[in-house]
Order: sequence, then C-alpha cells, then structure tokens
Amino acid sequence: MHAQTLYEKLWSSHVVHQEADGTALIYIDRHLVHEVTSPQAFEGLKLAGRKPWRISSIVATADHNTPTDHWDLGIQDPVSRQQVETLDANIREVGSLAYFPFKDARQGIVHVIGPENGATLPGMTVVCGDSHTSTHGAFGCLAHGIGTSEVEHVLATQCLLQKKSKTLLIRVDGQLGRGVTAKDVVLAIIGKIGTAGGTGYAMEFGGSAIRSLSMEGRMTICNMAIEAGARAGMVGVDETTIEYLKDRPFSPKGEQWAQAVDYWRSLHSDEGAEFDKVVELKAEDILPQVTWGTSPEMVTTVDGRVPDPAAVTDPVRREGIERALKYMGLAANTPITDIPVDQVFIGSCTNSRIEDLREAAAVARGRSKAASVKRVLVVPGSGLVKRQAEEEGLDKVFVAAGFEWREPGCSMCLAMNADRLEPGERCASTSNRNFEGRQGAGGRTHLVSPAMAAAAAVTGRFTDVRTLA
Amino acid sequence: MNPFTQLDGLVAPLDRANVDTDAIIPKQFLKSIKRSGFGPNAFDEWRYLDVGQPGQDNSQRPLNPDFVLNQVRYKGAQILLTRDNFGCGSSREHAPWALEDYGFRVLIGPSFADIFFNNSFKNGLLPIKLDVAEIDELFRQCEASAGYRLKVDLAAQTITRPDGKSIAFDIDPFRKECLLNGWDDIGLTLRHADKIRAFEAQRRAEHPYYFA
Repeated sequence: MHAQTLYEKLWSSHVVHQEADGTALIYIDRHLVHEVTSPQAFEGLKLAGRKPWRISSIVATADHNTPTDHWDLGIQDPVSRQQVETLDANIREVGSLAYFPFKDARQGIVHVIGPENGATLPGMTVVCGDSHTSTHGAFGCLAHGIGTSEVEHVLATQCLLQKKSKTLLIRVDGQLGRGVTAKDVVLAIIGKIGTAGGTGYAMEFGGSAIRSLSMEGRMTICNMAIEAGARAGMVGVDETTIEYLKDRPFSPKGEQWAQAVDYWRSLHSDEGAEFDKVVELKAEDILPQVTWGTSPEMVTTVDGRVPDPAAVTDPVRREGIERALKYMGLAANTPITDIPVDQVFIGSCTNSRIEDLREAAAVARGRSKAASVKRVLVVPGSGLVKRQAEEEGLDKVFVAAGFEWREPGCSMCLAMNADRLEPGERCASTSNRNFEGRQGAGGRTHLVSPAMAAAAAVTGRFTDVRTLA
Repeated sequence: MNPFTQLDGLVAPLDRANVDTDAIIPKQFLKSIKRSGFGPNAFDEWRYLDVGQPGQDNSQRPLNPDFVLNQVRYKGAQILLTRDNFGCGSSREHAPWALEDYGFRVLIGPSFADIFFNNSFKNGLLPIKLDVAEIDELFRQCEASAGYRLKVDLAAQTITRPDGKSIAFDIDPFRKECLLNGWDDIGLTLRHADKIRAFEAQRRAEHPYYFA
C-alpha cells in the first residue's frame, strides 16, 4: 500500500459514490448547527416534505446572535431573538444528539463546544454552515464550512457532493520563542502564502513546532486555514489528541474507547506520503504578529512598520494597500508599536479557549487597562470555558485590570450582537478577520494573539509582549 | 433552482481583489430567516453612505457616488467582472443570494474562494474563471465602452465579446449538467439512498463510536 496523506485516508474512508468526473458523495459523521445559516435549510427541508437523515449526527447551539451581558434580560434585538427562537423551534421539532440553547451551562461558540464535549472525534467528517469549521481538523478529521444549501443537503441525505482537493503540507519545525503563540504561527503562514494560497487545497499542518502545540493551539491554527483559502485544515492524531479526548461527554467509553484509539493512531500522514505542495517555516523566525490592513494576509511583525504602497509595483496590489491604509486610517511606514488602540477584544472561535484566557491573564495580572483604551472585552468561548476560568481565578485578574468579563458567544468577532466597534474605532482583536466593517461598520481591526491583545490593553498601543516581563 | 443556459448581459467591473463575503452582504442582514430580499443590501457598506439596518426602506438611503455599481451606465448589469479571490471569508450563502437578487447571473474573475464558488452553483449563479490576461482585457474593454455586453453560452462553454472574439472556459461536467437543467442536488443524491444506507450500516459496524 502506498504512503497516504491524512487527507487521502479521511477522504477514501467516506466516499459513498463517485460520478465519472470525480464528483463524489461523501458521508458526513457530524453536523454542527447554529442559528444564522440553518433556518432556510430547515425551511427548505420542510417545504420539500423531507425528514433529516440521521438526527444523532446533529449538535446545535446558538452563538452568533446571543448577547454577552445581561442574560437576565434575554435577547433585546427582536430580529436576533427571532433567529435564535427559530433554531429552538427547529431543533425541538427534528431532534438532535445535543442542543445547547441560549443560557445553557454548556452553550457557547459552535467550534468550541464540539471539541470540548467530545462531539468532534478523529476520523470524522465534520461540517457546519460556518467557514471556521476548519477548526475541528485539529483532531485529525476532515472538517470544513458549507453553505446553507449544503446544510439542507446534509440534513436530507447525510452526504455532501465534493471533489477531492489537492494536498498542501505546511511544515513548521523548530521551537517557538517566548511570547510567540499558535496565533502568531498561523498569521505568519497566511502572511507567507496569502489569503488565496490554500484555495483548492486541503491543508495539513505538521512539523515539530505543530506537534508541540496543545489541542487549543492546534485548533487556533486550523481555525484560520480558511483565512489562507483552504476550506479544511488538519493535524495528525498523536498522544496530545487522545489525551484531550479522554472522558469527554461524547467520547467513546470502555471497550469502544480502546477500539477507537487503536484506529485513531493510524490517522496521520504516512512517512514518505507525497503532497501536491509543501511550504516550510522555521519556528525560530516567527515573531509576534499584528495585521495592519483589511485582509489577514496584510500582516507584519510587532517590530515592523506599516508598508509603503509606493514601493509596490503590481497595480492591483498597490491599490489594495492604498485602499486598506485609507480605511485603517494609517500612514505608510508607521511603526506598528506607534499605533494606539481604542478597544480590545479577547474571544472568538480562534482564541477563546482556556489556554487563550490563561495567556491573556498572565499579561493582565497586576496591570491595568490603559486610560486611553475605552473598553476591553473578554468573552469566553463557552459556558464550560467560563466556569473553568472562574475556578482558576482568571475572571478576577481581568476584572482587577479593568477588563469586562462576559458571557460566552461569538460577540465582537462579527458583531451580530450588541458588541461592536463604532465607526473609526481601532481594535486589537484575537479574532480571525480584519475585513472592512467586520467588527462594526467603519471599525478598524488588527488581528493579534491573546497575549498581544492583553499587552495592547494595558499599554494603550501595540506592544511587543516579550518586553513586558 | 433556475436553470442557466445562455445570457447576453450588461457587464459591470468591480476592480478590487479579495472581495470578501462580509463586504458582499454585511452581518446585520444575516439575521433574516428568509432566502430572498438581500439584493438591496448587496455591497451595502460600499454602496450607501449611511449604515444600513434590516427592514429599512433602501430607496431613501444616500448612495455613495464613488461606488462603481452606482454609476448609471452599470444599472441592470447581469455580469460582474471581478479580481482574485472573490467571495473569500465567511461561508454565508447570503452572499450569492444577494448577488442573484441584485440581478447578477454570471461572475467572471481570475479566482474565487472555494466555499463561495460552491455556493454560487447552488443558486443558479455561474462563476467563470479566466486567465488574468483575459480578465485584464475585459476590464479594459468594459471601462472603455458604455453599455458593454458579453454573451455567455454554458452549453458551448464560451464567452463572446462584442468584437467577436470567443473565449472558452472550463467547468466541471457535473456542475454544468446541474446548472443547465436546474437540477435539485438533494433529489439527485437521494437516487443513491440505498448506497448511502449500505455505507452507513457498514460504518456503524466498523466504527460504532461515531454513532453514539
């Protein structure tokens, strides 16, 4: 048997049927559902008189529209409330393996609750009407975002129509320096290959620097595979994966656990497996990253400067940089550490897990929010993350520093709830997209790690976290 | 889904790379639980000078005179010329819904983001990839002559310019058939229901822990 990549193993174990042109029907093991991209799918199913194929594949939660404070008041925005209530009604009607509605102790961001409940397992195909579904690939599964028509297709058939992707290996070898996190690694990767660098590829992350990351770090990296254009990101299974999954609510138990682990240990790329493309980075070369523009590829190191469009010859790229600098209110050649921030957001499916909160708290401990910073939001990824953080006393560290400790949800990553930037406000954000208007119309987003976000919060500007002892 | 066969349509140029789906349809409009009505809010933040809200009367809002689609010459455009990586970011199908509702049936660019590309076909919207040199020439011709139109023939896989030049394009045979016939994917897949059931039964036997 020839050496296979992880993607090839996952793909071939899920093909139900193949058309002459290579279009395949792929079986779906886990279907994650949230309120924004599912209502039209449930409606379509009903209008066609169809029933869901396998409800035990469905895990659902409300996360995009839910408020992060004053839960006692419910959801104030009537349009948001209607969307969440529509999900309640749909799940009540069709059923699910698990539903974590608004205010449930285990409610949270769909990409946080899947793994922490053991609902995301190695070897699965995992889909969700959300592009950051790539997160789950950290567990050695084939996981990617789909549109609402495909949500309906999976509900009705338990399958997706797919063509096999090409394979891309991103290998990061070496040891990450102090203060350099998984977020910096993935931003550096996007800076190197661009936001379309992974288009058409399934992206695997490997190398000793990736192997040494926790599951939280691997999820951060796979989460942003989509920002490099790849629908799916993945990391092979190892002891770190298995250790994380042990005793989670939906993880297999007893004899089935042993059987599963035995299979999972085969879910990595074989020695000598060939990829269509390989990109290599040295861990030692990666420094804390800060984006300066309106696309995640517009990124530099904290010791860098805002680029000068005059130095760029390609007209489409030059105009892109000019437009981005105008939107961001930045002058060419400004040192990154001279840029002040108005707000700080620590949260999102990229960076709202316990390890992220610990990294931010380590910087915030014994320090205070800079007077010039209007607000620092800390939004845990789920009710379980929130509870654990409180058991560790992290909430007290944040509150003592003048940060706001909130209820779980997507919050200001995309500002569908009340948490948002005002026009012109500048934010250091641990989220995944710095697109125009993403965090509020006219808002200006700079993507950073949780530690760098906390450093910006306490100093009022972008600061190399390594200089804060 | 509406079938797509041929189109002779007015072309509008959107000359910027990495147009993301947040720009195509901003988040506040995603709160709708319907599939239609997104057209008036397509490119909302670029198209209007104020901040749009769901349920507003969009005809009363101030238009941004600098946004290309607001120029009178592009009113009624059905073909959008784009640059690299169009539709990147969020998987929201509201983006193709908004473009289709606005009136577009064809998108022509050097590259499209994977999820957006896929979503477009589900909604009778045809994204066509061409070489950068062809795209550059189409931008040049389109901007040079008001009322610039292209003829798109899906069965023949050709785009015909006003100067008579015909440009061939690639498309997956399966997607082409679905689009030409307006087939419903789900109906097609359910023809294989027995195969799906057999696959599922075998998987359940081999890996029972995925079916807990």
